[in-house]
Order: sequence, then C-alpha cells, then structure tokens
Amino acid sequence: MATVSVSKKACSVNPLKMSQPIGGTLAFLGLANCMPILHGTQGCTAFGLVLFVRHFREAIPLQTTAMNEVTTIMGGMDNVEQALVNIYKRAKPEIIGLCTTGLTETRGEDIHGDLKLIRKRNPELANLPIVFVNTPDFKDAFQDGWSKTVTRIIEELVTKATETIPGQVNLLPGSHLTAADIEEIVEMIAAFGLTAVVLPDLSGSLDGHIPEQFSPTTIGGTTVDEIRGMGGSLATIAIGQQMERAALELEMRTGISYTVFDRLTGLDANDRFLMHLSGLSGKPVPLKYRRQRSQLVDAMLDSHFFCGGKKVAIGAEPDLLWALGSLLAEMGCEISAAVTTTQSPLLEKMPCDEVLIGDLEDLELRAKGCDLLVTHSHGRQASERLGIPLFRAGLPCFDRLGANHKLSVGYRGTRDLIFQVGNVFLEHTHEGTPDSWPLPDIAMNNSSVRGELVEP
Amino acid sequence: MLGFVPYPSLHAHLNLHHTCADYCPACLFVGFATQLHRQPSHLQTISYPNYSGLAQCLLNTGTHHLERSIVAGLNIKVQEAFSEPGCDKNLAKDEKERKKGCTKQLVPGAAAGGCAFDGAKIALQPITDVAHIVHGPISCEGNGWDNRGSKSSGPMIYRTGFTTDISENDIVYGGEKRLYRAIREVIEKYDPPAVFVYQTCITALIGDEIEAVCKAAKEKFGKPVIPVNVPGFVGSKNLGNKLAGEALLDYVIGTEEPETTTPYDINIIGEYNLAGEMWQIKPLLDHLGIRVLACISGDARYHEVASSHRAKAAMMVCSRAMINVARKMEERYGIPYFEGSFYGISDTSDSLRQLAKLLVQRGAPEDLLARTEILIRREEARAWERLNGYRKRFEGKRVLLFTGGVKSWSVVSALQEVGLEIIGTSVKKSTEEDKERVRQLVSDEAHMLDDLRPAEMYKMLKEARADIMLSGGRSQFVALKARMPWLDINQERHHAYAGYEGMVTLVQEIDKALYNPIWAQVRKPAPWESEIHPLSLEGRN
Repeated sequence: MATVSVSKKACSVNPLKMSQPIGGTLAFLGLANCMPILHGTQGCTAFGLVLFVRHFREAIPLQTTAMNEVTTIMGGMDNVEQALVNIYKRAKPEIIGLCTTGLTETRGEDIHGDLKLIRKRNPELANLPIVFVNTPDFKDAFQDGWSKTVTRIIEELVTKATETIPGQVNLLPGSHLTAADIEEIVEMIAAFGLTAVVLPDLSGSLDGHIPEQFSPTTIGGTTVDEIRGMGGSLATIAIGQQMERAALELEMRTGISYTVFDRLTGLDANDRFLMHLSGLSGKPVPLKYRRQRSQLVDAMLDSHFFCGGKKVAIGAEPDLLWALGSLLAEMGCEISAAVTTTQSPLLEKMPCDEVLIGDLEDLELRAKGCDLLVTHSHGRQASERLGIPLFRAGLPCFDRLGANHKLSVGYRGTRDLIFQVGNVFLEHTHEGTPDSWPLPDIAMNNSSVRGELVEP
Repeated sequence: MLGFVPYPSLHAHLNLHHTCADYCPACLFVGFATQLHRQPSHLQTISYPNYSGLAQCLLNTGTHHLERSIVAGLNIKVQEAFSEPGCDKNLAKDEKERKKGCTKQLVPGAAAGGCAFDGAKIALQPITDVAHIVHGPISCEGNGWDNRGSKSSGPMIYRTGFTTDISENDIVYGGEKRLYRAIREVIEKYDPPAVFVYQTCITALIGDEIEAVCKAAKEKFGKPVIPVNVPGFVGSKNLGNKLAGEALLDYVIGTEEPETTTPYDINIIGEYNLAGEMWQIKPLLDHLGIRVLACISGDARYHEVASSHRAKAAMMVCSRAMINVARKMEERYGIPYFEGSFYGISDTSDSLRQLAKLLVQRGAPEDLLARTEILIRREEARAWERLNGYRKRFEGKRVLLFTGGVKSWSVVSALQEVGLEIIGTSVKKSTEEDKERVRQLVSDEAHMLDDLRPAEMYKMLKEARADIMLSGGRSQFVALKARMPWLDINQERHHAYAGYEGMVTLVQEIDKALYNPIWAQVRKPAPWESEIHPLSLEGRN
C-alpha cells in the first residue's frame, strides 16, 4: 500500500509525462485507414510526430489544423473545416480523429456544433466518421488521452446489435501495451476458439510491416466496420485500469459486460486471465499454455536469486508502473521509488511506500543507491549520472530498436521480461575483491583491542 | 458530450482579473497583462455574465483590436523579422507581400513542420551551459525534450528539460507566479550562468508577460534571465530561428566582454554543432590560429555569445535562419560577414578563404592568406586521396536529394564532386539565391522539385528512378518502405558531415547504404508471391 503524493515544484525537470492530445492521437493511429488531426498549431503536431517516428521507426500519419494567433482568438472552426476537407480530398481516409489541444481548449470551442455545421456545408463529409476528443494538454497525461479517445470512438460508432456474433469478444488494450503484447493477447484469446476485435489495434498499424502500396493514412488497425460490429460481441476484456472507462461506456451502450485485467504481466495475473477465457469459451486451457506456465515458473525459480532484495526505481504511467512494479515486487525486488504521471486507482495499491506524481528529477533523487532504474529512454541521462543500469520501458524508446516488438504479457512475455531484468542484475553483480571485506575501523586501529590480544 | 465552453477559463479569467471596461474583452483577454502593468489605476472590475456574450464581442470587434494586444509587441518583432534588408528575396517584395512573411500560409490539413517555438529552441538550445525553461503546457517540452543531436564539449544542462507544465489553475489565475518560482527553483538547484525562458501559445494567450517576469527575476537573482517570446502560433520554424536571434541581439550579445581579443576572432552564426560538426571544422581553424570567439549557437557558452560583439569577422552558415543576427551585428558592431557552407570540399575551402580574407581586411597579418592556401591544398589532397576510391563505385548512381535551403546547393555540389548524379533536389525551402546556385549546378529545371508529395517520392523510388534518397528523418520511411537506400542528412542525423572529414564520412555512409547486402534479400518477393521488385530483376546490388 502506498501513499500517493503530487510534486509541489513550480518547474518540472526532465518530464516523465507526455501530453494527453498525443495519447489520443496514438489511439487513433490504431484504426485502419485513419488520419488523426491535432486541433492546434503545427508545432503541436510536429512534436508528437517526431516522438512517434523516433519510437516506432514508422511513418506517422498526423495532421494539424494549423492554428495561428488570429484564428485562435477568432475561433478555429474554419481551420477544422479546411483541414477536414483537405484531408478528405488528399488522403481519402475511412475515419478522421480530431484531438483538441490546450490552445483551442483555452479559448473553448464548440466542436460538436461546429462539426454539425461543417458536415452540412460539405456533403462529401456527411457520412465520414469523424471522432473528436477533448484533450487539453494542461490536464491529465498520455494514457488519459488514449482512454478518453477509445471511449469517444465507442460513443460515436458502436451501437447495440440485434444479434450476437458467435465467439467474438472485444479487446480494449491500454496505451502501455506494444504491438507484440496485443498480438500475444489476441493469440491467447484465439487459442480458446474466440475471435478478438481489438480497439485500437497498434499491432495492425505500427508493427513495422511493409505495405503493398504507399498510403498517406494508417496502414492497418481496426476498421470502422469492425468497430461498428463490436456491439455484437459476447464479452469485453479491458487490459489496464485506464480502459475501464471505455469498457463501461461499451457496456452502457450495448449491455455487453466487461472484465478489467489491470495487468497481464505475472503468473497470477495470467492464471486469472486464462481461467476467464476458459469460462467465456467453455473450453479447457490449451496444452500450449500449460507448458508456457511451467516455463514461467521455472524462469521465476532460476531468476529469483538475482532479483531478491534488489532495489528498483520505476518511472512510468500508472498502468505500466503497476504491471512492472507488481511483477518485480513478486520476484523479490524492493520498489524503492515509484514516480508516475497521472492519477489512477492503482497507485495506492502499489507495493511500495510512496508513489509520486512527478518527473524524472524526482525519480533521480529517489533512485540514489538503487540497483536498477526502470523508465523510458529519457532516463538515460539519470542512469548515466547515477551509475545505475537503465531498463527501458514505455514510450518513448528512441535509443533502442524494436520498441514495439517488446513482449511483456502472457506467460511467455512475463518469462522473457524476467530473464531480461535478471540479466541486467547478473551483468551488474558486485564481485568481491581482496579489499571487499575489511574489518571495522575499530578493530584495525584501536590499540586497546590489540593490547588486549597481546596481554590477555 | 460537452456543449459550449468545456473549460470555464476564459470566463473565469475575465472575472478574476481586473479589466478595463473601455476595451473589448478580446483585446483584454489577449492583452490584459499589458494593460495591468501599464495603467493599474484606471482599472475597474467588470464581469461578463456569460461566455456567449464574449464570443459575440470577439466576433464583432474583429482583428483590429488584436493589434493592440500582447501579441502587438511581438508583432513588431515579427514584422521586423519579415523585413530583412540582408535578404534579397525579401527586398524584392512590396510592402504588402512582405507583411505576409517568408513562408507560405499554412494549409490546415496539409501542413508539415515545426512552429516558431520549435525553431527558437533549435536555434538557442545548443548554448550548453544555460537552463532553457519552457513556459507552457506539457506538450511543448514533455513531448520533445532532449531530442536533438547538438553536441556539447562540456556542460550538459542544456539537455535537461525544464518546463512549468502549466495546469488548468494556471490558465485561470495566470501563470506568471509559477514561472517566477520556476526560475528561482532552477537557479537555486542548478546555478546556470543564465536562464532562457520560452513563451508558448497558451501562456501568450492568457497574457502572461514573460518579459516582466524575466526582468523581475533578473533583478532579484542577479543573473541574466532572457525572455524568448516565440509562441508557436506566430509562425514557422524559420521565423522562430529569427526571433531567437532577436532575443540574443536584445538581451545577450554585447552584455559581457571577452577576457582577451585577438586579430583572429570570428563568430560562426547559424551552426548548431549537430553530431559534432563544429569539431570537424575547429581543428582547421585552430591550425590557422583563427579563434572562434562564439559559435551561435553550437557548443556555445553563455559568456561566449554575450561577448561575441568583439569578433573581427563572421560567417553565416545556415542560409537565412539567422541572417538578422549577422546583419545586425554588422550594423551595430561593424563585424563583416559572409554566407558560406562547410558541406563539400570546395565549399569548405571557399569558406576558409573568405574567413581569412575578411580577417586580413580587418587587420590580421597578411600571411594568413598564404597559410590558408597551404592548409587547403594539403587537406583537399588528403580528402581526395580517400574519396577517389569511391568514384568507380558511385558511377551511374543516382541520388534523390530532399532537404532545405542551403543544403539544396551545398550538398548538390558536394555529391557531384564524388561523381554521383543528382536526379532531383528540393527547392521548397530555398531562397531565390539558393535556387540560382542549384540551377548552375544541375542545369535542368526538371531536377528542381518544388514540392514532391510522399506518394510521388515513393513512386520514383519504387520504380528505381533513383538509387538512394538523402533527406530528413520524416521521409525516411518513404524510401525504406520502397526498399531503397536512404541516408539522414537533417538534424537528427548521427554522423557529422562538415568539412573535409565530414565529406569523407558522407561518402562512406552513402557507400555503406548503397552496397549493404540486405538489398538483394529484402527486394526478393516471398516464394509464394509473384510481385517482383524492379531492382531484383536487374541483379543490381
């Protein structure tokens, strides 16, 4: 159980947090043939774009309403209209996602009303799905933007179905999951004879594949038809606490009941998940996973020597912090410092004394004397200064390859993760030297002690 | 969902702040901070009962009021930046055209590139020993800090991300106090020789007056605190570069004195030491006894920039990005400058010659000219010795070059020097003068591409009309997804390409990209597919 506190500093130093609008954008990037737009200046888009390009090493379709100081004051409806019309003309997307920014939120725009008017004025847009989300960047963080966006997509597109599609389940993955994670979960679900509709599906769009043709929009992901069909699923599975909001919205609209798995990293967590799938499908857990479970147990046995008692400092968004922190604690590590970006009901359940909503400076101060630093690539400077190895987790990861193919869910993902972390500990084992075990000063220098020995 | 006014900020703002009833809420809203500071006694409280009233007023009063707003002070700066006597392209325009600025109006839904704030950060962050505080919401710094390849030979504080990360409360109550406290925290914890404060859109919009905060902080803490007034919405990256230059001219350059001066002191303006490129040039200058008094701003220290007004000559590197700095330093301090490039063998040699010439004109001993020629001869020979081996390997290889401004011609000539054929170069961001230079080099208008859309770029590569593309990070996937070699020559590049050494590196990198063994395999269709890549048939590498 942890006390949750919020940093009181006026100046955030080395931010851990990224903004809500680009979290929302990333969710849109998991839809097929989609073009996300940030309703702000071109810089709002440029920074997000560069961040994603460096992390995913993929082309990122992302546009801007290109607001300037006059349109900001006078209202951005004309810019939204022009952006929608231009994008429709040039890129022919199947769906457009529009995230607001702090700039347009400070003025306060009635985008809902504006969109109605815009659709009326431009008949070609009348039937184009356009989902807008309010994501001011002076509030909340990346994962909030992601979950709000998924919720809004559901609000706009999902309706109650008249009949259920046999074996179909909805999967709502949180922003902390990679393409590899999503693939793994989908495969686990499929092993029970179920089919998952994933919303949003980064494993289709940003998994680094080569499309047949050049596309100005996303090159894979959830299609609009698939989203519309979600109302016919037999159940909803949400991964990460952040997705409860979206799952709840889905239940309220369609009556489909949901289950939230706050993490799929760890033995217990996956046991529960597989039993849930077994219950949903009425099928026993496949042999493959019995084998994988056994491998994970073996991995835990092999690795616990190196993890036990190790002090770890973690900086991550709440759901990732929870997944990694819980696993490491289960492996015997001590979570000495935990810093996160935004509020979540999981924070107070963390297996450590304090969780701070703060920045990487806070983490660096608290990480002194730790054995491992776990955070995104921006932790590299702190790691160097502290002389503590950095285990990269979360977005952005711009100084390592294959960020989106890192697997850390399922028995198999947990097994690999434990090995990776264990290897870092192994590599940094302190080996003894002749001077490693000196006697206390008092024994060496105190003549009275020596005196006693000479004259008993 | 949310109806009108999802955030009460505007309304609350007007209620919470004393505002002058004579003015329309639009300009009060934008400019209240200015009003507050100027005439506190005339102020009286008014409140606007509802937002739609305000919206109505906004619509009725139009933009003329905006000119009196806080952005007004900035507008003067922007107009100044747009009227650049040092820029011939600008001089050719009439008054009205000039007001529109250098860049084309951005098209919503079809725009790419950074904002003015981004540009200012690019230009100033390479000053390595100062703290750069971004006053704005988390997007402006949180999404993009420590993401540039500007190298430092010493201090690392420039790579620390400082931001006020303003919250909803700051928007309602104003963010000036938070900014002031942030400056204090940074000075107490990190003690830099100076602090740079960057204005962003939202804090400009709510009327935070960063100049006043910086002035107060400077007086209180006894350290230079430099306001960089570049909210992103005033324009493009290029404008941001210029406004950053203005901040240096207004608050930094000429405020300190160098310990010593020599007849060989120069400034290099618009060089950001990406991937350490300055360090490929510095040994050449060191050998000649030329001292870089200040590089503005690559690997610079605050003190160097502050005392750069004592240089004898200057070289302007990045085309138009900081022309205002070069020109105004010539006007104010009589420092002559020339525009040059360190990309390519002959351009590097020309630049060294020009530097020597300017210094001799300013009184340096004449033997510098001869010594420069000797160095050039020796270094050119040493470079060619290493480059000649590539000529054969580059025979018939075609390059699609996609970059901006100065690089469109300086890199063209550099690549031609080693025998590569340029089948296209972008001139979108180039000035008339840049274009003229390209024209002389490629002799074919068709090779000058004004605006190549990614789909067209992809087609050119897919059809193997080029063997390699050289461009910035954003377009890399257009080449890679067409399974064609690509090399990064923009700001995120990992290799240094300046001077003679840099040219050798560039050629090595191009060769590595062209002849990497992966191409044969990655272009081969899967055994169960029939689609055949054009190059896999020809059996070319």
